[in-house]
Amino acid sequence: MTALVARIRAGREAIGVRWRQAPRWTRWTVIAAIIAFFYALPNKEFYQYLGPIPTTGSNFGQVLFTISIYVLLAVGLNIVVGYAGLLDLGYFGFFAVGAYTVAVLTSPASDLKTQWPWLMALPVALVVAMISGVLLGMPTLRLRGDYLAIVTLGFAEMIRLAATSSEFLKGQRGFNQIPHPPGRYADGRPVFGVLDPRPYYWLVLTLIILVLIAVRNLSNSRVGRAWVAIREDEDAAQLMGVPTFKFKLWAFAAGAVIGGLAGALFAGKQNFVNSQNFELLNSIIILAAVIFGGSGNLVGAIVGGGLVAYLIERFRGVELFGWELYEFRFMFFGAVLIIMMIFRPQGLIPNRRRAAEFADRRREVTVGQ
Amino acid sequence: MDINGLFSNFGELTTTGLTQGAIYALVALGYTLVYGVLRLINFAHSEVFITGAFFAVWTWQFVWGLNQDSTAGGLVAVAYLVSAMLVAAVASAVVASAVEVVAYRPLRKRNAPPLAFLITAIGASIVLSEAYAILTRRRPTGMPTLVSTEPLFHIGGVPISAADLLIVSAALVMMIVLDIFINRSRIGRGIRAVAQDANTAALMGINKDRIILLVFLTGGLMAGIAGVLFNVRIGVLTYSVGFLMGIKAFTAAVLGGIGNLRGALLGGLLLGVTENYASGLFGTNWKDFTAFAVLVVLLMFRPTGLLGESLRGVRA
Repeated sequence: MTALVARIRAGREAIGVRWRQAPRWTRWTVIAAIIAFFYALPNKEFYQYLGPIPTTGSNFGQVLFTISIYVLLAVGLNIVVGYAGLLDLGYFGFFAVGAYTVAVLTSPASDLKTQWPWLMALPVALVVAMISGVLLGMPTLRLRGDYLAIVTLGFAEMIRLAATSSEFLKGQRGFNQIPHPPGRYADGRPVFGVLDPRPYYWLVLTLIILVLIAVRNLSNSRVGRAWVAIREDEDAAQLMGVPTFKFKLWAFAAGAVIGGLAGALFAGKQNFVNSQNFELLNSIIILAAVIFGGSGNLVGAIVGGGLVAYLIERFRGVELFGWELYEFRFMFFGAVLIIMMIFRPQGLIPNRRRAAEFADRRREVTVGQ
Repeated sequence: MDINGLFSNFGELTTTGLTQGAIYALVALGYTLVYGVLRLINFAHSEVFITGAFFAVWTWQFVWGLNQDSTAGGLVAVAYLVSAMLVAAVASAVVASAVEVVAYRPLRKRNAPPLAFLITAIGASIVLSEAYAILTRRRPTGMPTLVSTEPLFHIGGVPISAADLLIVSAALVMMIVLDIFINRSRIGRGIRAVAQDANTAALMGINKDRIILLVFLTGGLMAGIAGVLFNVRIGVLTYSVGFLMGIKAFTAAVLGGIGNLRGALLGGLLLGVTENYASGLFGTNWKDFTAFAVLVVLLMFRPTGLLGESLRGVRA
């Protein structure tokens, strides 16, 4: 058994080494192939050959859209949790901010009566999400560790409760008739319609690729190095002259923009937003996704977000011993959190540095334990 | 803003606040005990609480054959209540210890970073609450009326019910017993020693793991009783009530000074009264919002709470 585990581990490491040593053109080809695969995925002509992968309980294009939104959120939360090491339990709040900003500006049900088109509301949503990230971060980021986690959770719940109770945000009645993104085919049909979820998926996929490029560059820059320093030891980072507060705020703002983007896309697709869309469990599912995939690693966050969202949808309509698996989805992810934290805290595809941090701590076991 | 609403119902809001606060205080003890010893927010404690509430209902339903229309009075009601409290306390204590053994102990053995504990705690919390969700098919469970919530007598025009009396006195008795247990007993001394300095305590021959287990157990007992009292007050139980109760009890614990037993009582009562005044002032919709606002403001500006945080401060 252990021999098998060792062989698998060696094999995985060999893949990693090979990948890093491969010539640039090989890597680009592989990446291009992967991207092409995901663009082709929602077409029935393509996915019907993929065996049991497409979901049975719901439209596969729709499922892919949901997955892509989760991936986007996981990439955003990965900045906050994975890079900067700030446990944010209210991340879904920024998704809500993005979705509500679009809703308030565009929906005819809104009190503002502006009825902007979706594309005009999008940048405003991003800016509002960013500002809310900074506003949330300014008072809270002085706190550390678990208190920060609880305060972010408290803020997200306050947003939700305010949305439920306040007249302006319409509570459970919500906003309807939120416009779709613009664009028409040559024959005059809208690209982003009600029936076909694929264009939305392609839109999110494209945006994910852009966001990934941005996040990757950011994490390889001075900002990214500051985040890692803060994650590893905040006091040491401060002593070395890293303005920790500023960079933590940066992490919050960057995460918030991505969350807001996901919310705006969701609102544009769904065309209806109410306060029930933003339960706390969603924040926790995205956290589970990031940790499951490997926090601090972009590929890990993508795989985690994709896998978690896919599993939730895959459970739908599947029965085992007379129970619908979909009922067990949250329980399953709760268990995943526990098991991962105990046995593989660095996640499926770990960030090498972070894995080393965990291994280090494990060696420093103290007296009496 | 409805200042008239606040003042015309001032007495009633106060009694409601105090009874709710007493329940918050009992649950808050669990957070405070665990935090005092491990510096860990036991996020799963809210589910330890609903474990008690559910086992109480199930005792009434399946052992005594009661349903939501049954009523009882006198000694029979007392028997129902006491049996439910016993079952609930044991069930909650077992679940609390199970959480420690399954979710926290392995992490301590591996010297995991503090946030890892919070994440497994959230995991444990979800697993438990979803287990109850699935068992009850996400529907609310009704229960018999054992203690009347109708006014028993009036003090200065403020109605007081038997349920109010029971809840506040039961909570007070539990708190006093716990206080004596921690301050006077041998095991209590062990708990305080581990809270002061776990490693030194271990060197002095205290079995640390056993003390920690005991702390979870004690917190569980209190939460189980709180679950029964919650049932008496509310009369309907849904799997999702744990989350809000957990947050509020945690707020109460921080308000009084987390790690401080008497602080938990003070914080619980204060929070209960505050949120009820706020609901009188702004409308019931904003009651939970107030609790969250108190939590956030508190953590940002006075995280040590009113009485200061310490289980160690209580000297031997």
